Amino acid sequence: MAVRMPEPDTQVLARREAIVKALRAIVPGEGVIATTREMKPFESDGLTAYRQTPMVVVLPETTEQVSQVLAYCHGEGVKVVPRGAGTSLSGGALPLADGVLLGMAKFSRIKDIDFANRVAVVEPGVTNLAVSNAVAHAGFYYAPDPSSQIACTIGGNVAENSGGVHCLKYGMTTNNVLGCELVLMNGEVVRLGGKHLDAAGFDLLGLINGSEGLLGVVTEVTVRILQKAETQRAVLVGFPSSEDAGACVSRIIGAGIIPAGMEMMDRMAIHVVEEFVHAGYPLDVEALLIVELDGPRAEVDHLISRVEQIAKQCRSMTCRVSTSEEERLLFWSGRKAAFGAVGRISPDYFCMDGTIPRARLPQVLAEMKKMSEQYGLRVANVFHAGDGNLHPLILYDANVPGELDRAEQFGADVLKLCVKVGGVLTGEHGIGVEKRDLMGEMFSELDLAAQQRVKCAFDEKGLLNPGKVFPVLRSCAELGRMHVSGGKLPFPDIPRF
Amino acid sequence: MTDTLKPRDAQEVEDAVRWALGNDKALELIGQGSKRAIGRPSQTDLTLDLSGLTGVTLYEPEELVLSARAGTPLSEIEALLEKNNQQLAFEPMDYGPLLGGQAGGGTIGGTIATNLSGPRRIKAGAARDHFLGVTCVTGRAETIKSGGRVVKNVTGYDMCKLLAGSWGTLAAMTDVTIKVLPKPEAEASVLVTGLDDARACAAMAAAMGSSCDVSAAAHLPDHVASYFDGLPKPEASTVLRLEGVAPSVAHRKAALAALLRPFGPVALLDEKDSSLLWRSVRQVKPFTSEAARERPLWRISTAPARGHELVDLITPAAQMFYDWAGGLVWVAMPFAHEPDAAAIRGAVKKLGGHATLVRAPASVRAALDVFEPQAAGLAALSKRVKEGFDPKGVLNPGRMWAGV
Repeated sequence: MAVRMPEPDTQVLARREAIVKALRAIVPGEGVIATTREMKPFESDGLTAYRQTPMVVVLPETTEQVSQVLAYCHGEGVKVVPRGAGTSLSGGALPLADGVLLGMAKFSRIKDIDFANRVAVVEPGVTNLAVSNAVAHAGFYYAPDPSSQIACTIGGNVAENSGGVHCLKYGMTTNNVLGCELVLMNGEVVRLGGKHLDAAGFDLLGLINGSEGLLGVVTEVTVRILQKAETQRAVLVGFPSSEDAGACVSRIIGAGIIPAGMEMMDRMAIHVVEEFVHAGYPLDVEALLIVELDGPRAEVDHLISRVEQIAKQCRSMTCRVSTSEEERLLFWSGRKAAFGAVGRISPDYFCMDGTIPRARLPQVLAEMKKMSEQYGLRVANVFHAGDGNLHPLILYDANVPGELDRAEQFGADVLKLCVKVGGVLTGEHGIGVEKRDLMGEMFSELDLAAQQRVKCAFDEKGLLNPGKVFPVLRSCAELGRMHVSGGKLPFPDIPRF
Repeated sequence: MTDTLKPRDAQEVEDAVRWALGNDKALELIGQGSKRAIGRPSQTDLTLDLSGLTGVTLYEPEELVLSARAGTPLSEIEALLEKNNQQLAFEPMDYGPLLGGQAGGGTIGGTIATNLSGPRRIKAGAARDHFLGVTCVTGRAETIKSGGRVVKNVTGYDMCKLLAGSWGTLAAMTDVTIKVLPKPEAEASVLVTGLDDARACAAMAAAMGSSCDVSAAAHLPDHVASYFDGLPKPEASTVLRLEGVAPSVAHRKAALAALLRPFGPVALLDEKDSSLLWRSVRQVKPFTSEAARERPLWRISTAPARGHELVDLITPAAQMFYDWAGGLVWVAMPFAHEPDAAAIRGAVKKLGGHATLVRAPASVRAALDVFEPQAAGLAALSKRVKEGFDPKGVLNPGRMWAGV
């Protein structure tokens, strides 16, 4: 494990028994888990290279319990790591040896479905797909659809600001959440937003989305639901090079078309996936594009013919339009099974998540190929082409000495490259533990200090999910200090009136 | 002592804030000043005029991204996008005429700092949803950046959301990057006439809950209908806009008309009238005339299906209309010095949401809460956030709430 977590607090560990007892008084029965064997399922999330048994697991059922647990931990100086379904790919829910793991799975009620206002009010432990399923009878759905949507929870989606293949047109979690109930580390409960649009004051809800469980614990979420489009059709296009595929993506958007989804796969990904799911992908192409259009039939047909035309102008080798819902789902089956398919051919893999300006794709793919040779590790690329979000899958075998380290180094080099070409470290998986020590690639000391001061406003003791996101922990007292001396600064030569 | 500092570049903005910090001066931040009369009256020593920071620094239409210095006129950006068949999808409203100024003013920085949006808010989001990256100077005189130039980005906290709608109280933005989108090829509107407010909200809910992909929904009651452009007759009109490729608009227009017929008589607006109508909705036109400007004006955001309940909770002498499918209510109160905050705040408390007193004489705004008062815990949290950015209260102190 290349990333080091904060040293456990021996004084807290020494008080473990008393802490467990106090927590049992707040959350009775099976809500507190303290044996090593029973805590095993909680020792890692989707980033399985990192594991840690927590000090104790607490599974509260009510906001009141969450508030009391946090207030108690705040008073006692005990760290807390919140967890949804544990599908984070960046280690956001990695436990701490001296911390409480706060599992939110029991918050699984859908509290209110309000079609007149087109919102659903749900508890954070409700899975992403369950929201869509609960409103499907009326033709509605919840738009953000991360690949893990069967398992991942809305609370985790808020923490990570999850995306999915359709966020090009329908936005990420932050664009689809209208309100939440939030418990601060000191136990205070605040409500942000509601069924209305926009914040009354500072957009703290916008800040909570993507805050990776560092600012508060969400106990209720109000999400927008949308009526499903009449028709969805997909086009499968093969290209002789990633340059051609990239040019096609740009021309489609340049023509004023925003598809519901636009996904790309490279040669390695196509072959691995086709062997697994037999989706009928062409095997003689270098890049494959899935373009999905949705809307009324008249619109979809119109746009599909334009996409076909553009594809032809971009030297497409194959172009198939789905003619039935089964065929559309078949086109997607390969893309959706990509991670599983890679898991079949390699004992372990890292799924990276950088975003780049789309035009830089050919350059980034070429450099990644070079790195793959240098590191002696295979890489398969799946890519949210419409918004430039790359998911290189780096294949390795943890049982081969040195491969894990090499894979991590390879991944870090890929992300540094993303930043170098004008992109960012993570598009939708979060910084977590995985990319924490790369934050300096994107942000200066001042940038990071400003973000940490936001953290101080919510959690001045730094007890909520420490060791994630920020490479260096600094005390709020130190961050709060002003470094300007009064009155002695030279007045600059600025025009005045 | 002079009262306006006008920096020429980002470094001078940082210098000015550092100077203010060192000399215990408070700064009023403005771009073109088009929204200067909104908020609690300024209690500042100097004005920091950011309108000298102009110019589009990056525009890549096929990447849907544009960067500009914060003081760049909004009109310049909109004209550039127009040339490339693109637009700001959040359709920022224009406060100029409402506040007695010119139409077409404002800067991109001011647009974001006040989180503007327009009728398309219900489909495309507000300025916050299109704000990708920023460089700004905090009240600590530190230049920081957040976000980037790509749409999908969860690297670090989303400070852009925090700055959007912070009314210049946290930082002075110097450079911004926004997401831009293609302009729809065609538009049309479907309207139903003669509905009362409750029935109109029900009709709009039905339309919004359909697969017609409505991009704007407003109800214009009969007492204000005559002020709007593009309406066939000055009667109560519930209007729904459709945008997209021509075959799609044609198809949805027919589907929506069929859906709405059970509510009342249906009429169709062609592209030209539709565009005129929505421009006047976006400008809040009924309340822009010299006489109407005497009336204190409230902007209320609430659950769309409940917007119409306001009618029964405030004086019948108030004038009002609904945007955002009933979720945005513009209310003009009858007497210049009496915004009747108690009634409005009470009503909003009942319905949920928030109210902003966007127009009233300065003496009134000094004595009342302009923005929605917050519960104690949330107010304290907001104050701590402010102190993180601006511990000495150098930037627009007190514009949103006293002490923030």
